[in-house]
Amino acid sequence: MRAVVTVVGKDKTGIIAKVSGFLAERGVNILDISQTILDEYFAMIMLVDVNASAEGLSRLSEECAALGKEIGMSIHVQHEEIFNAMHSV
Amino acid sequence: MFTTNDVLETINMVEREHLDIRTVTMGISLLPCIRATAKETAAEVYDTVCKKAENIVKVTQELSTEYGIPIVNKRVSITPASIICAPFASEAAKIGKALDDAAKTVGVDFLGGYSALVHKGMADYERTFISTIPEVLASTERLCSSVNVGSSKSGINMDAVSLMGKIVKETAQKTEKTGGGGCAKLVVFCNAVEDNPFMAGAFHGVGESGTVINVGVSGPGVVQHAIEAIPTANLSDLAEMIKRTAFKITRAGQLIAREAAKRLNAEFGIVDLSLAPTPARGDSVAQILEEMGLESVGTHGTTACLAMLNDAVKKGGVMASSRVGGLSGAFIPVSEDIGMIEAVEKGSLCIDKLEAMTAVCSVGLDMIAVPGDTPAETVSAIIADEAAIGMINNKTTAVRVIPAPGKVVGDSVDFGGLLGRAPIMPVHKQSAAKFIARGGLIPAPIHSNKN
Repeated sequence: MRAVVTVVGKDKTGIIAKVSGFLAERGVNILDISQTILDEYFAMIMLVDVNASAEGLSRLSEECAALGKEIGMSIHVQHEEIFNAMHSV
Repeated sequence: MFTTNDVLETINMVEREHLDIRTVTMGISLLPCIRATAKETAAEVYDTVCKKAENIVKVTQELSTEYGIPIVNKRVSITPASIICAPFASEAAKIGKALDDAAKTVGVDFLGGYSALVHKGMADYERTFISTIPEVLASTERLCSSVNVGSSKSGINMDAVSLMGKIVKETAQKTEKTGGGGCAKLVVFCNAVEDNPFMAGAFHGVGESGTVINVGVSGPGVVQHAIEAIPTANLSDLAEMIKRTAFKITRAGQLIAREAAKRLNAEFGIVDLSLAPTPARGDSVAQILEEMGLESVGTHGTTACLAMLNDAVKKGGVMASSRVGGLSGAFIPVSEDIGMIEAVEKGSLCIDKLEAMTAVCSVGLDMIAVPGDTPAETVSAIIADEAAIGMINNKTTAVRVIPAPGKVVGDSVDFGGLLGRAPIMPVHKQSAAKFIARGGLIPAPIHSNKN
């Protein structure tokens, strides 16, 4: 199952390292990654492969939200389909 | 494939603009539950609702986390209870209690369908059933009731309209402690729809299949934000922008509806794209209209703005989903919309203007508190006016008014939570009692004869 991980917040050192390390520990494979700085704000979007059940995605989403709080960023993990549904005809 | 901007836009919609799935409503047919006695039927009704809706809360929570879209309410709608209770209408309250208990057991916030469809005539068992509504609403917590008193095809059953004025008054008196809060759970319809997921008017029509998932999507904040982004655009461009936004919101709803239906072993019913406000600032239909260029909602131009908004929302929704249903449009409940509340308080919005607005939007006079001493005949006359608008314009209209006991114009009544706070609005003092006392049927309009 593919999901989109979004990391948004004030830019600082080591965000990518922390998030990708966290995902690697949980066996989440990164398929695509894009990152940009918008007015001092860091925005990273990753397409990942979650080799897990639907329940796994819920748990990953909660864990990532907790990591986000810890490092002062907002992290979302969402099923890829929501973006396909909303943004393509 | 989506872009970075698409992803950020979706997240923004949820985090800043209150995009949410307002309700996942499971429609359940209770026709197979009818037994010889009220006691047996009540037991069967309780078991059926508990079994079918067992996982609704769990599944919606999972979907909400997986897709990153909040799902605010989980609800159940059932076959109009007057049909289930026909053999023992005087004991209908037992079924009402069983339904309320079932709603509490499965953890849904409302269960709709303590309803009767009497748009052409009212059988004795239906009259008896309707007379139980005030007591049942006063003694239950989560049960919602509705009565359909007219349709474009059949006309308006004025005997039912007359009765419902009294029922609304009685419900208010029986729930005096909550400011007449029972009336917030009672809707009087013309052209009621069978697949509406929104409360208090949801019921599961007899033409529907066994178990269905209907989803109501909302997003006044998202639409308001989209309009803010193009402050000088002309109205064609504005309509286009609203349409596109409605499209995106509906697509999110359709995805959740399909997935929820799959996981709950139900059929996918419809997506109802309605801009349903909440009392939160930035989640208001009134503020959308003001963003279009009105100083305050209720002033001249309001009906035109609302007509355009409602139509653009429908067009975006229809394009986005294979099955659009329910009410789909813009809701204008007074107590549930901070912009409406403020407009009433500063005197720019009155009940007559609201009535005009209901001719061009998807519902009717909704969550309006009127003085406690408003006569039952006046409530009936308000219902008759709304039903006439619905009947002639081939659309659903509804009345959910609260004659708040002991309150007068200048007071307000707080229902708490999503139901919000309602300033008491003045009604006309001149009587319509003689008109209401006539009874009978207002015949269906000429344009209903299409066969």
